[in-house]
Amino acid sequence: MSNGTMHKQPNLAVEIAGIKLRNPVMPASGTFGYGEEYTPYLDVETIGAIVTKGLSLKPKAGNPTPRIAETVSGMINAIGLQNIGIDAFITDKTEFLRRVNTPVIVNFFGNTREEYGEVARRLADVPDVAGVELNISCPNVKQGGIVFGTDPAAAAGVVSLVRKNLGSKPLIVKLTPNVTDITVIARAAEEAGADAISCINTLTGMAIDVKTRKPRIANRIGGLSGPAIRPVAVRMVHQVVQAVKIPVIGIGGIMTAMDALEFLIVGATAVQVGTANFIDPGVMADIVAGIERFCREEGIADIHELIGSLR
Amino acid sequence: MMKNYKTRILSNQEIAPDYYRMKILAPGFGQHARPGQFVMFRVQRSMPPLLRRPFGVFRTGFLPADCDGMPEKEYLEILYKVVGHGTAIMRELHSGDAVEVLGPLGRGFEPGDPQREKILVGGGIGLVPLFMLAEDRVKESPVRLLMGGRTRDDILVVTEFERLGVETYVSTDDGSLGEEGFVTQMLERKLRKYPDAEVYCCGPLPMISAVNTICAAQNVPLQVSLEALMACGVGACLGCVVKGAGHTEEHPRYLCTCKAGPVFHAAELDWHALGTPAADSCEGCKS
Ligand SMILES: Cc1cc2nc3c(=O)[nH]c(=O)nc-3n(C[C@H](O)[C@H](O)[C@H](O)COP(=O)(O)OP(=O)(O)OC[C@H]3O[C@@H](n4cnc5c(N)ncnc54)[C@H](O)[C@@H]3O)c2cc1C
Ligand SMILES: Cc1cc2nc3c(=O)[nH]c(=O)nc-3n(C[C@H](O)[C@H](O)[C@H](O)COP(=O)(O)O)c2cc1C
Ligand code: FES
Repeated sequence: MSNGTMHKQPNLAVEIAGIKLRNPVMPASGTFGYGEEYTPYLDVETIGAIVTKGLSLKPKAGNPTPRIAETVSGMINAIGLQNIGIDAFITDKTEFLRRVNTPVIVNFFGNTREEYGEVARRLADVPDVAGVELNISCPNVKQGGIVFGTDPAAAAGVVSLVRKNLGSKPLIVKLTPNVTDITVIARAAEEAGADAISCINTLTGMAIDVKTRKPRIANRIGGLSGPAIRPVAVRMVHQVVQAVKIPVIGIGGIMTAMDALEFLIVGATAVQVGTANFIDPGVMADIVAGIERFCREEGIADIHELIGSLR
Repeated sequence: MMKNYKTRILSNQEIAPDYYRMKILAPGFGQHARPGQFVMFRVQRSMPPLLRRPFGVFRTGFLPADCDGMPEKEYLEILYKVVGHGTAIMRELHSGDAVEVLGPLGRGFEPGDPQREKILVGGGIGLVPLFMLAEDRVKESPVRLLMGGRTRDDILVVTEFERLGVETYVSTDDGSLGEEGFVTQMLERKLRKYPDAEVYCCGPLPMISAVNTICAAQNVPLQVSLEALMACGVGACLGCVVKGAGHTEEHPRYLCTCKAGPVFHAAELDWHALGTPAADSCEGCKS
């Protein structure tokens, strides 16, 4: 490119619900541990934020094995949200997170409205937590196991309680794609007090070993992630962006900078990278570099010129 | 220090039907790799397969400098069996092809007591992580390798162990090489002769379980190397867990095979959950 703007450093900084990110790239929950696991391979100060594995009120054991199965351009997982619990996280893991100069977003979930509310209360005063991401793709054990995020009233109920208990901390609500119309849930979350939406979580899927005629994961069904889901995710992000006024974080099958750009162009303010971290632990730094290169080549001075620029 | 080597293949050679050994250029790898560790292997720029595949580090070394002035090359070597999609693609690779290896990963073998005999028990491809262990231990203690397989084709690189000064004993289920029968029968005999030995084992799970049953009964220290389906290899996905000793529904103790293992002291594991077949009915030695 002989373009004069090529040598100027494009501005990649974005803001989500008051959290300032140096660039729009962060890990998706559950694919980056508690932040420390990938430090030998990736400088976490090159990415926009850290998003932790999903946490719950009590430690959670997770599912029996096998927990993962590779499928065409994707993988199915049923880890079962294994985690150390919110209290152990606050005492043991925030020390590392405090030392790094990158905002930390804590992802959490519950199986009752009260559990969600209690975790939010415990996070409200933790200074090292820049914001929270609420995973509402979990069954409500008090209501026959209906998934909070598939019912607008249940979703709004959790979001409003968490909003109340969180104090002033930014609240991102993460949506499940396993619904007929994702915009209905997105609007319900916005009205109940969400500061931002992230989507999508995994699509429910199943894979069978034809020789044994058994499901390939012990939990029988699991969540599909990876490049296989990207077109579905781009479509859903596109729809959600039109339906709400709050910022949207795009997630689903991002492997490269070009993949991330698809989400930004349909209107996502930032993106999360999940399964790709498993394949290439340095991938997020490459995606940031690729977005920057694209901006230079296209003569884009600020990433906001790209966001929502769908023609 | 573990890292992601973006590198290339030096050689990829069939050594028995469906078994290959691959040398990969990896400057600096050897000084960090310990016996029993593994790498996550990826065919660069290929999709599928999507995820990396785990392989034990067979050995590290240097290719001598070329006569045309090329310097010596440090390599890491893996030894693999073609079992599915990923390994079928690997067998087609050639010298010069671009690959990525992440490693060295996981917890390897602990050396144990130099005063005691070392008995290494390998089944089929499970021989792989035992080579570097033998190379290291033979400097201090007598090392014996008991190697089992279904047929003679499953008995790999035994002569390389012999060259290290390791006494090797082979058994095959069909008697096509070495003694006819299971490697566990040899182990029982060797333990009668060397009751003070320490045992290190890698192979199919039923074989490992049978070895554990024998060692536990005689209080013989045992370290085992386990396999699990893995997505990340670094402790982030929690896909690779095994149940640890004392695991209960109320107090679950899951251990990551990639990080707490792949090598475990037998006492760290919940053998009931892993499956504990009787030593004399070991189907799995047929690996
Ligand atoms: C720590 C560790 C070290 C290993 N070292 C070696 C080695 O040195 N040499 C070697 O040949 N193999 C080794 N394996 C097994 C190797 O990773 C698998 O054989 C390989 O991933 C299969 O890939 P595929 O795409 O060919 O098979 P797929 O098409 O994915 O599957 C084919 C079959 O292989 C089984 N399989 C797939 N992945 C694994 C896995 N991670 N562990 C066990 N079985 C699996 C599947 O259940 C299926 O039955 C090791 C595994 C682990 C966890
Ligand atoms: C192994 C694994 C664990 C996950 N754990 C969580 C979790 O704890 N909380 C959550 O909100 N999403 C979780 N997810 C979903 C991801 O954050 C992400 O939404 C999804 O994988 C789609 O993105 P991807 O295609 O880039 O992986 C998990 C995904 C995977 C593959
Ligand atoms: S393979 Fe991901 S945690 Fe072990």
